[in-house]
Amino acid sequence: MSDKEPLFSTRNIKLLTNPLNDENPITVQVLGICSALAVTAKLKPSIVMAISVVVVMAVSNVVISLVRKRVPPRIRIIVQLTVIASMVILVDQFLKAFAYDVSRQLSVFVGLIITNCIIMGRLEAFALGNKPWPSFLDGVGNAAGYGVILIIVGFFRELLGSGELLGYPVLEKIGLYNIGYEDNGLMILSPMALITVGIIIWVQRYKNRILIEDK
Amino acid sequence: MKALRRYIDKIKPNFLKGGKFQKLHSTFEAFETFLFVPNTVTKTGSHIRDSVDMKRTMALVVMALVPALLFGMWNIGYHYSLSVGAKSTILSNFWYGFLRVIPLIAVSYIVGLGIEFIFAQIRGHEVNEGFLVSGILIPMVVPVDVPLWMVAVATAFAVIIGKEVFGGTGMNILNPALTARAFLFFAYPGWMSGDTVWISKLTRGEGIVDGFSGATPLAEAAAGNIDNIPDPWDMFLGTIPGSIGETSTIAILIGAVILIFTGIGSWKIITSVFAGGLAMGFILNLFAVNPFMEVPAWQHLIMGGFAFGAVFMATDPVTATQTEKGKWIYGFLIGVLAILIRVLNPAYPEGVMLAILLMNVFAPLIDHYVVNANIKRRLRRTKLSAQQ
Repeated sequence: MSDKEPLFSTRNIKLLTNPLNDENPITVQVLGICSALAVTAKLKPSIVMAISVVVVMAVSNVVISLVRKRVPPRIRIIVQLTVIASMVILVDQFLKAFAYDVSRQLSVFVGLIITNCIIMGRLEAFALGNKPWPSFLDGVGNAAGYGVILIIVGFFRELLGSGELLGYPVLEKIGLYNIGYEDNGLMILSPMALITVGIIIWVQRYKNRILIEDK
Repeated sequence: MKALRRYIDKIKPNFLKGGKFQKLHSTFEAFETFLFVPNTVTKTGSHIRDSVDMKRTMALVVMALVPALLFGMWNIGYHYSLSVGAKSTILSNFWYGFLRVIPLIAVSYIVGLGIEFIFAQIRGHEVNEGFLVSGILIPMVVPVDVPLWMVAVATAFAVIIGKEVFGGTGMNILNPALTARAFLFFAYPGWMSGDTVWISKLTRGEGIVDGFSGATPLAEAAAGNIDNIPDPWDMFLGTIPGSIGETSTIAILIGAVILIFTGIGSWKIITSVFAGGLAMGFILNLFAVNPFMEVPAWQHLIMGGFAFGAVFMATDPVTATQTEKGKWIYGFLIGVLAILIRVLNPAYPEGVMLAILLMNVFAPLIDHYVVNANIKRRLRRTKLSAQQ
């Protein structure tokens, strides 16, 4: 990569946009499923979780990319874990200080960002071999790809499961309950998150035929 | 009949390749084979073609379900008139139940077949007839008062997520009718469990006779009121509250005879489910630390949906095991698990649904081991004969 390459060259933009669709961490690489199932019962925790992962991932990617030439390959995993863990603790403390309720709902899953396969994967696969700026874009892109799915799943699960959006009783306001509608209790349970992710994968592959594997 | 045949032959070219309505080919074919036995002839190799194709099979299963369905209709009316204390005759009871059940059946068929037709058109395969049975099973395993739109949602879920995503009829892992019931059970528990949902209009509570309880025998047993369990004879005949088609063991047994006689339902699965239930019931009787465990083992077989599940759900040829030895294991474990869940987990008074769904998932695994054991046995035999 030459020094003259503009900040938002086509290549760099691709780093940011590819993970949103063709290389989506959840629907294509099928990583980070556990947290996607656990935190998406409501929309608000999904959004907070998405933002947290974006922050952790972008910063860790940049930090690892900065030190990539000084870290001996033998201990690189430990170094990566240390960086991620520090970031996760920061985010966790921040949430506890400023958004205590959400932090309670997310409970252990903020801490478990450390073990989120997407983050380790991007550090190993990308940040260790690239300059800080592309690494930053790659981190934001992948975390956003993860976050988008989380938010879509959270949206449908809260809307159909509790009839609310961000705590606002949408379905009650448009009078759906008066004509006999009832909330779907299954949407709150985690199996439905898996099925929702499955449906998203289905829709995505239906629109984007390249993703369909050969038999 | 002849006129119909002539008419179909006349319009047929329109649906063949190059015809005007080529795209509707699968829809046309579905109707044609539904009305007449297909005249397809095998052209290469040697095959045996049985005239009992899938449509005939499904039609026979539906016939086997009719006794239970008719009894269920009467039972709805009977319990309704009991609950409001009205005088009634057999016919008026039946008529009341008939009017309550027909909408459920209609919704289930319209939604399910509609989705099947849409998928057949999009994917260009034939319309499969598997839903003919599922469509009647779904109304029979729900309480009579469940809202129609919920049945529609559950049917759509069962057909799309339970069946079509796996490749349609014959490819599904889980029994579609039970998938629909499980969906309703977890999504809308208020309509699927409790003491008041089993009898028509009891939830509204208008004009109910004092002291009338709509609790099912299972609910009574789970609550520990073992004296309130109805007479075994009543449970066998089916004059107890419950889902539409599952109360009458005798009507279900008539269906079982039809299924076994025509060779559609496996007698091995049916007997082993009952054997498994009986065995687990005896084991629980031995411990008997709470009233539910003291219920005699044989009574478990006529309570709740046990018989219905054993005869009509467990024998579904698609989701059951395929090997003969596997059928014994599969059925036996369904019986054991059903009673285990029923007695030890009061949150799920009806364990049969969950037991069958669970064993559906395990069926391919059982088959795998049965097949492998057979291969190993034969290998050992050849080795022995080679040594001699």
